Amino acid sequence: MQTSAILSVLGEDRVGIVAAVSAALAETGTNIEDIRQTILSGVFSMTMLVTVDEERTSFEGVQARLAEVSESLSMQITLQREDVFRFMHRV
Amino acid sequence: MLQISPEEIAETLTMITQQHLDIRTVTLGLSLGGCAADDVATVAARVYEKVSTAAQRLVPVAEAIEREYGIPIINKRIAVSAISELVCGSGHDLTPIAVAMDRAAREVGVDFIGGFSALVHKGIGAGDRMLIDSIPAALASTERVCSSVNVASTRAGINMDAVLRMAEITLETAALTAEHDSIGCAKLVVFCNMVEDNPFMAGAVHGSGEADAVINVGISGPGVVRAVVESLPKDADLTTVAEAIKATSFKITRAGELVAREAARRLGVEMGIVDLSLAPTPAEGDSVAAIIEAIGVKRCGGPGTTTALALLNDAVKKGGAMGTSSIGGLSGAFIPVSEDANMVRAVRDGALTLEKLEAMTSVCSVGLDMIAIPGDTAVETIATIMSDAYAIGVINSKTTATRLIPAIGKVAGDTVDFGGLLGAAPVMNVSQWAGTVLARRGGRFPAPLSSLRN
Repeated sequence: MQTSAILSVLGEDRVGIVAAVSAALAETGTNIEDIRQTILSGVFSMTMLVTVDEERTSFEGVQARLAEVSESLSMQITLQREDVFRFMHRV
Repeated sequence: MLQISPEEIAETLTMITQQHLDIRTVTLGLSLGGCAADDVATVAARVYEKVSTAAQRLVPVAEAIEREYGIPIINKRIAVSAISELVCGSGHDLTPIAVAMDRAAREVGVDFIGGFSALVHKGIGAGDRMLIDSIPAALASTERVCSSVNVASTRAGINMDAVLRMAEITLETAALTAEHDSIGCAKLVVFCNMVEDNPFMAGAVHGSGEADAVINVGISGPGVVRAVVESLPKDADLTTVAEAIKATSFKITRAGELVAREAARRLGVEMGIVDLSLAPTPAEGDSVAAIIEAIGVKRCGGPGTTTALALLNDAVKKGGAMGTSSIGGLSGAFIPVSEDANMVRAVRDGALTLEKLEAMTSVCSVGLDMIAIPGDTAVETIATIMSDAYAIGVINSKTTATRLIPAIGKVAGDTVDFGGLLGAAPVMNVSQWAGTVLARRGGRFPAPLSSLRN
């Protein structure tokens, strides 16, 4: 099952954030569809639209892998199914 | 392509992480058809079997949805058919059925199970009488069982005999659970115009007009609404305030709608309703009273409170109505005193009284809720505090309910503490001028003229 999800990364800017996050996604077979990234007053903020391939790695499995990245980078990383945002922000 | 802007994503994350956006409850409504029997032990065994089997996957499914969508689901609960309809004979103690419900609830991991209930708005049947008589022992000997009794309706009027009996039962329940601040009464609601699809406790019952199994969802989010109102300029007019609440309510409701659909799909049961009630928690800021104060009342309970609450309640419904086509349950702001930190503060400050709470009942949902009163309050006083709330419901064709807690051994100003979501509250002052004679007259308050609508 292919599941669309939104990945949000927030925290202090440093070298290697995009590399670490995208490596974790590649490992789990999660495809990046779109990326937006900015730095505001030293705060790194990245939003990705990704597709989780649940036949390869379960949603929970991807979340667990990202939790490791979150801990090693001390960044806030969340992965949520995309429909929650569509439901809340579109009529 | 990313169709949602990073700002919208950030808004949702802020709502969840900082403003207490959550789904208050995912409640599985379960029919107990087939569990009726001649003897109480058989009913209890059948109820245990049915609940523990049918609700087995509820908690894991709700937890998976919670993880995948990133929205906390605070409570997972079960509402069953009114137990009074399953029993035969007379004079039996129905506590064993409550104990069976409690055991099943613990086993499947839900925090509350509702349905130890009876509907007696027009008359009390043999099964109803057994159930009502069993309430104090049932609530004292179980942890997760909730009980409710419907004593009035717009179509039938108020059964004043039942009201007086429920006042007695409230006092007996308080006495039996006195060691724990009379917590039994926190699990007992007496209704006027009870609904069949309420996902919230303590009043959830699976109505006889419902399918075998349904998922009903109760939204939450007073913290989110408060944050939105507080972010408006102090001179924003009330139309602007209503508009902001409406837009927020839409978003909260959509989260509820999504969770309801997904939970029903994964469990293979029907999606029932989304209940648009704003339900406070004792957490700082997650408060309906705080919204009233943010709208511009110095302290909840002061003049302007009813206006602000009416505006809030109406705007929540208007926004929610766009968010789901399955509105149901109680769908009105809750004002449970002990569960709302700003309401507790308002009582302590002398701003909020029982009489003002009664006025507030007329413009929102379940009214005299989680109110601690002195333990020596006379039964007639309790009965007439209750009947005043039901009169509002009967005449205005709306649900009203009471969850009064006579705090045994305590007087006005003392504190009761239930812990968790039930919170803590000061014991409130009760009028000494109650309708003692009225309470003892009994009989039926006739159905109002407004009930003749055909």
